[in-house]
Amino acid sequence: MSAQAPVPLADEPQRRSRLAAVLDSDIAYSFLHSKVTIAAAIVALVIIAAAMLAPLIAPHDPYDLRTLSLLDSHNPPAWLTGGDARYLLGTDDQGRDVFSTILYGSRQSILIGLMATLFAGCLGIALGLIAGYAGGSLDALIMRAADIQSTFPAILIAMLIDGTSRALFGEQRNDQTVFWVMVLAIGLSFWVQYARTVRGSTLVEKNKDYVLAARLIGIHPGLILFRHVLPNVVGPVLVIATINLALAIITEATLSFLGLGLPSTEPSLGTLIQIGQKYLFAGEWWIAIFPGITLAALVLAVNLLGDWLRDALNPRLR
Amino acid sequence: MLAFIIRRLLQAIVVMLTVALIAFTLFRFVGDPVNQMVGIETSAEERAQLRQDLGLNDPVVFQFVRFIGNAARLNFGSSYQFKTPVIDLIADRLPATLELAFVSALFSLLVGIPMGVYTALHQRSILSNVFLAASLIGISLPTFLIGILLIFLFPVTLHILPSFGRGDVVHIGFWSTGLLTASGLKALVLPAVTLGLFQMTLIMRLVRGEMLEVLRTDYIKFARARGLSDRAVNFGHALKNTLVPVMTIAGLQLGSIIAFALITESVFQWPGMGLLFLRAVQNVDIPIMSAYLLLVALIFVIINLTVDLLYAVVDPRIRIDARTA
Amino acid sequence: MTEPVLSVRDLKVEFPTRRGILTAVDGVSFDIAPGEILGVVGESGAGKSITGTAIIGLIEPPGRIAAGEVMLRGLRIDALSGEAMRKIRGKRIGMVFQDPLTSLNPLYRIGEQLIETITTHLNLSGAQARTRALELLAEVGIPAPETRIDNYPHQFSGGMRQRVVLALALAAEPELVIADEPTTALDVSVQAQIIALLKRLCRQHGAAVMLITHDMGVIAETADRVAVMYAGRIVEVGPVRDVITAPLHPYTKGLMGSIPSLTGETDRLTQIPGSMPRLTAIPSGCAFHPRCPRAFVPCPTFRPELQNEAKSQVACWLYQPFPVTAGALP
Repeated sequence: MSAQAPVPLADEPQRRSRLAAVLDSDIAYSFLHSKVTIAAAIVALVIIAAAMLAPLIAPHDPYDLRTLSLLDSHNPPAWLTGGDARYLLGTDDQGRDVFSTILYGSRQSILIGLMATLFAGCLGIALGLIAGYAGGSLDALIMRAADIQSTFPAILIAMLIDGTSRALFGEQRNDQTVFWVMVLAIGLSFWVQYARTVRGSTLVEKNKDYVLAARLIGIHPGLILFRHVLPNVVGPVLVIATINLALAIITEATLSFLGLGLPSTEPSLGTLIQIGQKYLFAGEWWIAIFPGITLAALVLAVNLLGDWLRDALNPRLR
Repeated sequence: MLAFIIRRLLQAIVVMLTVALIAFTLFRFVGDPVNQMVGIETSAEERAQLRQDLGLNDPVVFQFVRFIGNAARLNFGSSYQFKTPVIDLIADRLPATLELAFVSALFSLLVGIPMGVYTALHQRSILSNVFLAASLIGISLPTFLIGILLIFLFPVTLHILPSFGRGDVVHIGFWSTGLLTASGLKALVLPAVTLGLFQMTLIMRLVRGEMLEVLRTDYIKFARARGLSDRAVNFGHALKNTLVPVMTIAGLQLGSIIAFALITESVFQWPGMGLLFLRAVQNVDIPIMSAYLLLVALIFVIINLTVDLLYAVVDPRIRIDARTA
Repeated sequence: MTEPVLSVRDLKVEFPTRRGILTAVDGVSFDIAPGEILGVVGESGAGKSITGTAIIGLIEPPGRIAAGEVMLRGLRIDALSGEAMRKIRGKRIGMVFQDPLTSLNPLYRIGEQLIETITTHLNLSGAQARTRALELLAEVGIPAPETRIDNYPHQFSGGMRQRVVLALALAAEPELVIADEPTTALDVSVQAQIIALLKRLCRQHGAAVMLITHDMGVIAETADRVAVMYAGRIVEVGPVRDVITAPLHPYTKGLMGSIPSLTGETDRLTQIPGSMPRLTAIPSGCAFHPRCPRAFVPCPTFRPELQNEAKSQVACWLYQPFPVTAGALP
């Protein structure tokens, strides 16, 4: 290999070689050679796409109370006796089409999960950068807070935040605030890992010469660090984010199942399972089981992707 | 060694004080305690009197110190919903939660560690891959969903094992136990499995990861080069070195069982602390919330301390360095 | 000539990877006579350590011995069952690894590690094994063995730990000790002590040594014969004095030229241009030819085999008739 790469004359060859480099990379290789990972990616994409397109593809609108009829409630899935061809997976206690509510419910679950992961990521990265760059007592304060928080399970922290919001908002708590309270509660309970990772990288970069050089020529080193640390931690942060997305979806579902999350008028998957649990003993399993399967498949697919990503970025662990 | 213990104790106290501060903040500033305690018809003078009596007009630092003093004497005030002392409510339900947590912790360790060791030693065997696939599913299934599936499978479909409650309990002093009656034990099976399954998969994956790491070390290679038997290398050397870090993380995981118990308690209507806390959150019963928070923190701190001490016992590097330091 | 302790013939070690099979060791042959110290030198990646690991049967799957044989006093050991090979490891072949800081299990007292090794291979009671462990520790120069035997590895310095490792390798009186870079991780001041100790102990116990290192100085001081490895092959092997004073292979010459001489006869140090090829891209013919100052017609096409030349053996077309007729159209 020569020390200096030849300067490309035009954009085109470089772009092609970059594409070739991506296809030739270990990550692409391990993706294309893992049937499980491909299957997981497909499952995740199908569920996410179906959820996002829910208003377009759902046969019924579960939020539109006028279309609901109690006459149609408690219908079994279409292929069972008593099933109705209009309701593929049956209906719930209010006569809502289970298939449609699953689509809308997945939408809620995925949106909250994504927003919470994004929020936790931004918060964690920012705090990690600050802790690593500032050092001293600010660093100690942030990292001790992280230590203390990480001794408590995320679900407990999310519950506390949720409970606090109930006390603060009281009657003003409506569906819209609940959505954001959930994002906040779940996001706040997952920032620690990002902060630790980013802080570690910042500490490594901080003492390198280019940061000193930046200071000498009067550029704010914080800005430089921001630009140089982030590319270094993209990999680990992506792995953490993928696994946290799965956890965030589980946490949201759990909170909703416990009756602390989204209300039954705008159900998430967890709310649907909570509604369905009451009817398990009456033999109406479809109300809880179908949303349960969807939730499990979604989380499993995301977890598989996270596992694969971690192995692909860190081959030593395999 | 003594310095090590003292340092750990101090850290534990700092954690407890921090949590106490959060609990106090909840108690004092989130929702007005006076409004929660009195009816709508109470007059402004009576409210002011109550405020004075409760010491809510004192400087905040005083109030915090008083709060800690009360908490240390297990006085957490009265529940807003039940109008009874919080400590009585908790004492009534603590045994149920602790028994459930203990049994599922035992289950997750006794099953998780051997599975982790097996999958690390027989990386390419079919059974290992089955275990790993199952563990991934186990991690992906939320606890409440596992509970519901188990209820659907056993009580609903097969008509065996109860689906809710604790069964018959025996009272031994202040403690009520379900471990001594047949119906109590039966009632414990599904909740314990539900609660333990998630931890079990975590412990299995943890043990596997650590053990693979240890099996790659030089001292394991050297042990093989010395001609030690596979048994001595795998179970004498590798397992012992694996379990040291596993112990720490597993300890923390087991601590979180107490907190996770509230999901299981909700699914199985298990009359424990978690269910009490859940109702408290739903009804904004702040005294119960802050008492539960402190209690869980205390349990965590105790587990942490125990793990640290055990760590020092098992790992000579810490034990001896601590002694000579 | 007496029967060699170790005889390696055409050893080939492969590692299947997703980009094809890596041949880390390719057709290596050598003998070690009883009591002899054979130095194996080469840059990192030349296949020295893998040769040692292959002899003791500890190549990690999916790596494997693809061809060749390893004979220990006439017994073929490369194809033995796991259990039979285990009884040879530690008992008939001892091994010393590079890093004494990580070679000992931190959670066990050094006495425990010695005693378990001794009782595994020798039919001794616990008390007898402890006595023997104390003797070994005294022999490798651990002061106050009676108290030190119950210490943990982290309570020893690096040099002391390597002494303990030596004691472990010699615990069952092996006929052969494979020492893989035994001093690389140590302070320079300690290196000489450990090498001297290794040499003395093996002489006293009558053990032959395969000393793997990249340090020609260590070889010059210690070894009887030396084998030079390059890209998974032996390029030259011979008595240590001949190889050092009159190297034959251009690579060996380059190696020797890059070592400062204490007598000050060399004017300037030379360096070999380029670097050793990666195992994925070993050049055809003689693997050294792209870097060789004296490469000529046959080198890029034909692979030279080891041939006798003076007291040494060398794999180089400079010393053997190159196959011009056969090679015109291979």
